[in-house]
Amino acid sequence: MNTLLNKKKEPIDKLAATAGGGRSLAAEAIRRMARSPVAIIGAVITALFVLLAIFAPLLAPKDPFDRALQDQVQLGRGIIPGSMPGYPLGVDDFGRDFLSRLLVGAQQTLLVGVVATLIGVSVGMIIGVLAGAFGGWVDTVLMRFVDVLLSVPSLLLAISVAALFAKPNQWTVIIAVSIVSVPIFARLLRGAMLAQRDADHVLAATSLGVKRHTVVLRHMLPNSLGPVIVQATLTLATSIIEAAALSFLGLGDPDPSRAEWGLMLGKAARQFLDIRPELAYYPAIAIIIVALGFTLLGESMREALDPKNRR
Amino acid sequence: MLRFIVRRLLQAIPTLLILSILVFAWLRALPGGPAGAMLGDKATPEKIANLNHILGLDQPIYLQYIKFLGRVLTGDFGNSLVSTQPVVQEVLDFLPATIELSFAALFIAVGLGIPLGYLAARFRGGIIDNLTIVVTLVGVAVPVFFLGYLLQNNLAEPLGLPSQGRLTTGLDATDITGFAILDGILTQEWDAVWDAIRHLILPAITLATIPLAVITRITRASVLDVMNEDFIRTAQSKGLAEQTIRGRHVLRNALLPVATTIGLQTGLLLGGAVLTERVFTFRGLGFLLAEGIERKDYPRRQALILLGALVYVLVNMLVDVSYGLIDPRVRVR
Repeated sequence: MNTLLNKKKEPIDKLAATAGGGRSLAAEAIRRMARSPVAIIGAVITALFVLLAIFAPLLAPKDPFDRALQDQVQLGRGIIPGSMPGYPLGVDDFGRDFLSRLLVGAQQTLLVGVVATLIGVSVGMIIGVLAGAFGGWVDTVLMRFVDVLLSVPSLLLAISVAALFAKPNQWTVIIAVSIVSVPIFARLLRGAMLAQRDADHVLAATSLGVKRHTVVLRHMLPNSLGPVIVQATLTLATSIIEAAALSFLGLGDPDPSRAEWGLMLGKAARQFLDIRPELAYYPAIAIIIVALGFTLLGESMREALDPKNRR
Repeated sequence: MLRFIVRRLLQAIPTLLILSILVFAWLRALPGGPAGAMLGDKATPEKIANLNHILGLDQPIYLQYIKFLGRVLTGDFGNSLVSTQPVVQEVLDFLPATIELSFAALFIAVGLGIPLGYLAARFRGGIIDNLTIVVTLVGVAVPVFFLGYLLQNNLAEPLGLPSQGRLTTGLDATDITGFAILDGILTQEWDAVWDAIRHLILPAITLATIPLAVITRITRASVLDVMNEDFIRTAQSKGLAEQTIRGRHVLRNALLPVATTIGLQTGLLLGGAVLTERVFTFRGLGFLLAEGIERKDYPRRQALILLGALVYVLVNMLVDVSYGLIDPRVRVR
């Protein structure tokens, strides 16, 4: 009926339908991905990013919070020192080593992305599982609410939510970004539940006398993991980009000591593009590469799970 | 057809009601309530209580909601703190700019995206195809505002294009409708038309990137799907000219899903406009919202968020009605 909303639901429903494949099909999907160069590139970028985020504090050559060269920064005269011995990427507006901040920023960026995605998955899962497992009026009410959220453009929704908080901080950003993905995960999990309702393994468990909540939690939910992982990977990419957009609009964390790529990009793009555009370029390139990595990995997983591609 | 339109209109009412309740509830859930948010750092319990009384926030909650709804329905969103003008007036003044920009962006995205997607599908696995895939993937990964600044800083000067605003300041252009290009045509001030178009180029390219990537990808997938259909093989085996098959059979069938996607892009455009208009100081609704956020203009924020949702619901409805016209099957469903 609602054409635009249906179009938004289409890829989610398609993905949800792949639930319940079981272990052998998951293994087959992984085998298929191992042969795809796109999947490998995505996986390598993602793995490198995660490793970087974990070991960033060890890799950073200098203390990312030390305002060592603050006396050399003269914002009024448009001077932020660039590359020099010991500071390969120069310093930021507080005289802190930019390379170290960029490396440590990987950690914060991953944190924002992962926490936002986890919140989205958890809340979406509760809504979706309740709707899919109970059906009836619970389903109708919950899905009506989800559809309203889904019909609002994602960036506008994130901006609206973030703008409603009186004072922005790291958590308002994470909450705003995660609310965008809640309706997607809710619909995905509801679809995954419905796809399995008449599946053989559910029928078998039910006829053995397994309680309903056990069937849902132990048999149906684990089998929905594939589609959830795919969507979560794609959500990580959009979360990081959306967090950057919020920072750019002044809705990011105002704490100047925090090193996060979106914050660094948002601030530099607004204030220092005329003085030293590199302060925006480096985090921007980092965000683009990482978002690309997650997208490539997610899209190739989606393709590998698609029954159309099964032999 | 009329019945379909009326039914569609009625269906939008519950959605709008839920939205209004959400916005209303959210405002009440703020720490210190709306009064605390408006007073900000200067908030003391006495000041909050005083403002609460002035704003009528000490009344029962259902009464407050009804009053809130009443004000919204009569178009009373209060005055902007930045300009002290009624917010509704601001919105009406700034709306044409956003419509103009969105149309320009959609024009670029559709005009480039459909041919590109078609070519990529036709020469599948070729250079164009691979290039298209890479560009569409990267296009989605680049933060919109960053791309805007890149164009502004690196392209504006070499190409001699303006990088700020809608019209050159000091240019004598008559304002009739608020649409700069339309006004220029109506008054036959061709220099103003040209000036407005030049101001649109860079913001429109910026805003168009993501819709362009999506439209290209959907067109490619859709053309590939149709080319595998039986009726294409039939057309080929009965000896139809390649030209006819491509134009009449492939393209026409492939464009239906693309049309829906184009409608879906209006949502993306609304979100992207906030970033793009802020970068290019293009004075539209997005700029209004960005400024409202920066200057902590609460009435303006609330009004724009609610109006943004309203506009989107209306666009949704318009798209549905137009599909009802194109595809009669939609009407009965």
